[in-house]
Amino acid sequence: MFDIERWQEIFDTIRKNKLRTFLTGLSVASGIFILVILLGFGQGMQNGIEREFKQDASTSVWAWPGVTSKEYKGLNPGRRIQFVNENFNKAESLFKDAIEYKSARIFVQGVSANYGKEALIYGIQGVSSDFQFIENTKMVEGRFINYQDEVSTGKVAVIGRKIKKDVFNEVESPIGEFIDISGIPFKIIGVFSEMEDREEERIYIPITTAQRVFNGGNRVNNLSFTLPPVENFDEAVQQAITFKDGLRTYLQQAHTVAPDDNGAMEVWSAMEEAKRYYGLTGNIKIFFWFVGVCTIIAGVVGVSNIMLIVVRERTREIGIRKALGAKPWSIIGMILHESIFVTAISGFSGLIFSMGLLELVGPNVEVDYVVNPSVNFNVALSTVLVLILAGTLAGFVPAWRAAKVQVIESLRDE
Amino acid sequence: MIEIKDLHKSYKMGSNSLHVLKGINFKVEDGELVAIMGSSGSGKSTLLNILGMLDGADSGEYTLDEVPIKNLSETKAAQYRNKFLGFVFQSFNLINYKSALENVALPLYYQKVPRKERQEKAMQYLDKVGLKPWAHHLPSELSGGQKQRVAIARAMAAEPKVLLADEPTGALDSKTSYEVMDLIQQINDEGNTILVVTHEEDIAHMCKRIVHLKDGVIVEDKKIEQVRAGQYV
Ligand SMILES: Nc1ncnc2c1ncn2[C@@H]1O[C@H](COP(=O)(O)OP(=O)(O)OP(=O)(O)O)[C@@H](O)[C@H]1O
Ligand SMILES: [Mg+2]
Repeated sequence: MFDIERWQEIFDTIRKNKLRTFLTGLSVASGIFILVILLGFGQGMQNGIEREFKQDASTSVWAWPGVTSKEYKGLNPGRRIQFVNENFNKAESLFKDAIEYKSARIFVQGVSANYGKEALIYGIQGVSSDFQFIENTKMVEGRFINYQDEVSTGKVAVIGRKIKKDVFNEVESPIGEFIDISGIPFKIIGVFSEMEDREEERIYIPITTAQRVFNGGNRVNNLSFTLPPVENFDEAVQQAITFKDGLRTYLQQAHTVAPDDNGAMEVWSAMEEAKRYYGLTGNIKIFFWFVGVCTIIAGVVGVSNIMLIVVRERTREIGIRKALGAKPWSIIGMILHESIFVTAISGFSGLIFSMGLLELVGPNVEVDYVVNPSVNFNVALSTVLVLILAGTLAGFVPAWRAAKVQVIESLRDE
Repeated sequence: MIEIKDLHKSYKMGSNSLHVLKGINFKVEDGELVAIMGSSGSGKSTLLNILGMLDGADSGEYTLDEVPIKNLSETKAAQYRNKFLGFVFQSFNLINYKSALENVALPLYYQKVPRKERQEKAMQYLDKVGLKPWAHHLPSELSGGQKQRVAIARAMAAEPKVLLADEPTGALDSKTSYEVMDLIQQINDEGNTILVVTHEEDIAHMCKRIVHLKDGVIVEDKKIEQVRAGQYV
């Protein structure tokens, strides 16, 4: 390998057979390039989908009512179901052991909110202190609603970062400012951020306050829970399904809804959804790998073909070299040395070029479901090595055969 | 230098086989210049290739410089070819992407001579065949006679014990042929052993001994008065 004379001989050959070398190199480099880009986008899709799911706590389960569509126990279809506090409390006591965080939620409607003269056209939601963990809400300033606020029906509000940006750009911090909701002053105690702007256009107030002050009575709009985290993904999914089914059954019985009337009682678990998407990304990844492996195989076949042609083209030269005293292994070594060198150089240029492209363009790619396409360097490196190895093996057979052929055969005029 | 006894060679062609050499006995001393003649298909090239270890015999003994040549591994054969033998072919067999100089230097590469020394030595031999100004030309830029002279320089560069030439003038006109023969005679004058296959009478008579092959056996083997090629050049 470190035989300088041989290197010189190889460089001579390469320099004088530029087209052949270029074509070999091109097929290897483009194979690697395509593979890396494909793998990058596979990863990008995975990133994109994972991000969609990071928005809510991964073990969250949500329940909200709808309108019945089936007659059940003498009740007509078309009935609008309304959750009440009791449903929440009962669910809590029924599934006490299974639940980590819990919150009922009420959408405050038909009220106007103002900050000074400015109207705040944002959704107002009554939630409990646990809701922060269920929504996976990050506090950027101040704090979220706490248990004390709930008990004391505190007139406090937590606003989204977007609202702060839009409305409170004149003050240093919105904390301590007051907003008017239906003429009642609420003190801002915190600012939160979310993954998506849309979810930052919300004002949270304690659910007790929402019910008492805005004539909510004991009504709630939906229920949300998280389950304790479980190490094993499949177990987590199983836990979510069990809880979801139990919750649904209880809610259906409490509101006299037919067990198969899905539209009347919706229960959704992030875990199950995640399973579907993870399955999907898994499939996408498998697909990209499949395409990638096909590309590699095509590359290997290409390299082998080129090697075959190269060796055939050089049959006569090989015969001459042998007549001049080249040993069979020196012939094999020469051909392989050249092919490894060319495949390695072009493989790595393909690698560097494609990784560079991903590195440059990747972070800017942020369309739906494709975020930061990138590729694991080790994976890419191993594919290059595989290709080099395959090229070597593919080159070895014809080289070996050429070296074994009687000199006189290879020198015969066609 | 060369001794063969009862050499046989046949080629298998499908189910039947063609018996080409049918018991050749033959001895060549140091410094001889031998012409091998015979009609087309008589087995001249076959014999020369076996002598050159480019092809194997079926049976018989072959001794080259007191070394018995039998059941050699490819590697061993390559070593012997490199050390003992130089080849000149009718179709030149130069490597087309290498310059004249590089072609001449190639056998030295396989002798593990360092690059610089190789180049110097190759240049010496090119000079000897009168092609120093053409050292950096590709074979495609040379005439037939020049190519053959490069091939001879290449064969001589390795300083072989025996030079084997299969119709070295077969592809050349008579004037160029004589130039090549002149060169071969000069090399022979320096004491090298040379075997030349030819079917041209005048070329054969520029050697010192003529061996006639017919139907796979030697029918005639005579020493002759050498005609110098120099007078025609
Ligand atoms: N590889 C081979 N396979 C089969 N037959 C062969 C092979 N090489 C040579 N022959 C046959 O062996 C015979 C002798 O061939 P060879 O080349 O030795 O003849 P030659 O005397 O050199 O003829 P020429 O003057 O035409 O070069 C010919 O009949 C030829 O067809
Ligand atoms: Mg012949």
